[in-house]
Amino acid sequence: MSSQPIQLQPDETFVLNVGPQHPATHGVLRVKMEMNGEYIVNAETVIGYIHRMHEKMGETKTYPQFLMNLSRMDYLGALGYSHGHVLVVEKAAGIEVPERAEYIRAIMVELNRIASHLFWFGAFVMDLGGFSPLMYALQDREYILDMLEAVTGSRLTYCYFRFGGLYNDVDDDFIAAARRFIPRMRKSLKKYEKLVTGNVIFRKRLEGNAYLSKEICRKYGASSAVARGSGIDFDVRKNEPYSVYPEFDFDIPVYHECDSLARYKVRMDEIEQSLRIIEQGLNKLPDGPIMPKKKPKIIKPPAGDYYQAVETARGSFGVRLVSDGTKTPYRLKLRSPTYSNMHLFDESCKGLMIMDALAFMGSLDLVIPEIDR
Amino acid sequence: MILEKTKIAFQKLFPVPDSEDVPVEEEPKETKTSSPPRENGILERDYNVHGYHLDIQLSPDQLTEAVTIVDELEFFLETITGVDWIKENQLELIYDFSRYDFDTCRVVIRTRVDRDNPIVPTITPIYAGANWHERETHDFFGIQFKGHPHLIPLLLPEDADFHPLLKDFKA
Repeated sequence: MSSQPIQLQPDETFVLNVGPQHPATHGVLRVKMEMNGEYIVNAETVIGYIHRMHEKMGETKTYPQFLMNLSRMDYLGALGYSHGHVLVVEKAAGIEVPERAEYIRAIMVELNRIASHLFWFGAFVMDLGGFSPLMYALQDREYILDMLEAVTGSRLTYCYFRFGGLYNDVDDDFIAAARRFIPRMRKSLKKYEKLVTGNVIFRKRLEGNAYLSKEICRKYGASSAVARGSGIDFDVRKNEPYSVYPEFDFDIPVYHECDSLARYKVRMDEIEQSLRIIEQGLNKLPDGPIMPKKKPKIIKPPAGDYYQAVETARGSFGVRLVSDGTKTPYRLKLRSPTYSNMHLFDESCKGLMIMDALAFMGSLDLVIPEIDR
Repeated sequence: MILEKTKIAFQKLFPVPDSEDVPVEEEPKETKTSSPPRENGILERDYNVHGYHLDIQLSPDQLTEAVTIVDELEFFLETITGVDWIKENQLELIYDFSRYDFDTCRVVIRTRVDRDNPIVPTITPIYAGANWHERETHDFFGIQFKGHPHLIPLLLPEDADFHPLLKDFKA
């Protein structure tokens, strides 16, 4: 008697459902995979399980009321999203932001970016079977969250930016803590390098996994490490400088291997670049107010169509504001970066083995509420 | 400069002698709150005010040709969305394109369709990534993308027959 219960014919396929609740999807995401043995023939991603219609809320709430919604989109890198929103409204309504506020914003966004990358790093390695790096990463992340909590009042869903400035100024404790954090994080990065990046099992899993060509990135509008791991030198902070980013000296890490390892390396290098920005920001931090002297009581941008893109931890996030001159937006479109990054998964995972596809999914750095909005 | 190059490439869509005939399609109705109806054509916007460089409005049948132009110039697809101009009984579709290089140029392509019969051609054969964006726009506005391979609800429940971003939508 054969011990093999099913003999699969070469041309025979079956459908495998990954999710909606699966540890590797990091949220409520489902992928219908048509499999031939271990290999994926076809995949269809099903999203929308945590769709909350933020864009409709944007049309019914006034501008200040909508501020808190942005941090509910991406709970790991929320400040970057708030930044895009306040920038577009400030641009439309012509509100001037004091320099100190812009510097603090940049420092906060970069801290948040590191926190987000750290969590991604831990979860990604855990997806591949290594548990300890997650604990180290969470330890470093905790340090950032404590710093942010002391200033913004919350740990994940910040509502810290205001139109024209900030809710709260940073104090000496924060600056001292941030200065202490930079060498600490640099030391940790070396530790991660030894522990994970140099690990032979880790490298073998990721090298050459899920090749993404430049052309595919362009057709799907990929950004963040997904594009930069494919040799595309694209970062909104450099390509379309906004806020005070032109004042900082930092590099955009780009790798040309187009595989999951390249995407991993980009994010790890980005942590160092964010540290550089924070360091310079703390050194250059000017004195002054954090809210403008003159600010309209009720925000009513003149009728028109405005767009602002920012680089969040997950890529190019855009806000389109169509105003009709009233105190609520006529239309508020949120262009989420992971939406585009996830979309290319369907096409690119064909021919991969299922565990490789899950590694690929991890390398995209998905936050599902941010896709579904 | 890519901005100039793109502008020249688009000018062939709007031949000069015909340019006066094109705006006839536009509804001349005007209301206090909305901006006055715009003629089809190319508009150069102030980047510091609006956040994009070129603003192109065209009729739905020119869409495929226009998107082919931006594809040939190696733009990437940023997003597709709609706006419901209920007072003019029109739905506006907005396509955002941007570039990966440092020659920054954001191109916005707009087209307007009748609210009662919103049909536009799909651009999925040109930009595969338009698939989800078009499905989302169909979810929210009920716009039909002719030729779309898989136009089923994406973010809304699979049996959804409502379009929440229409201004006359009642929950």
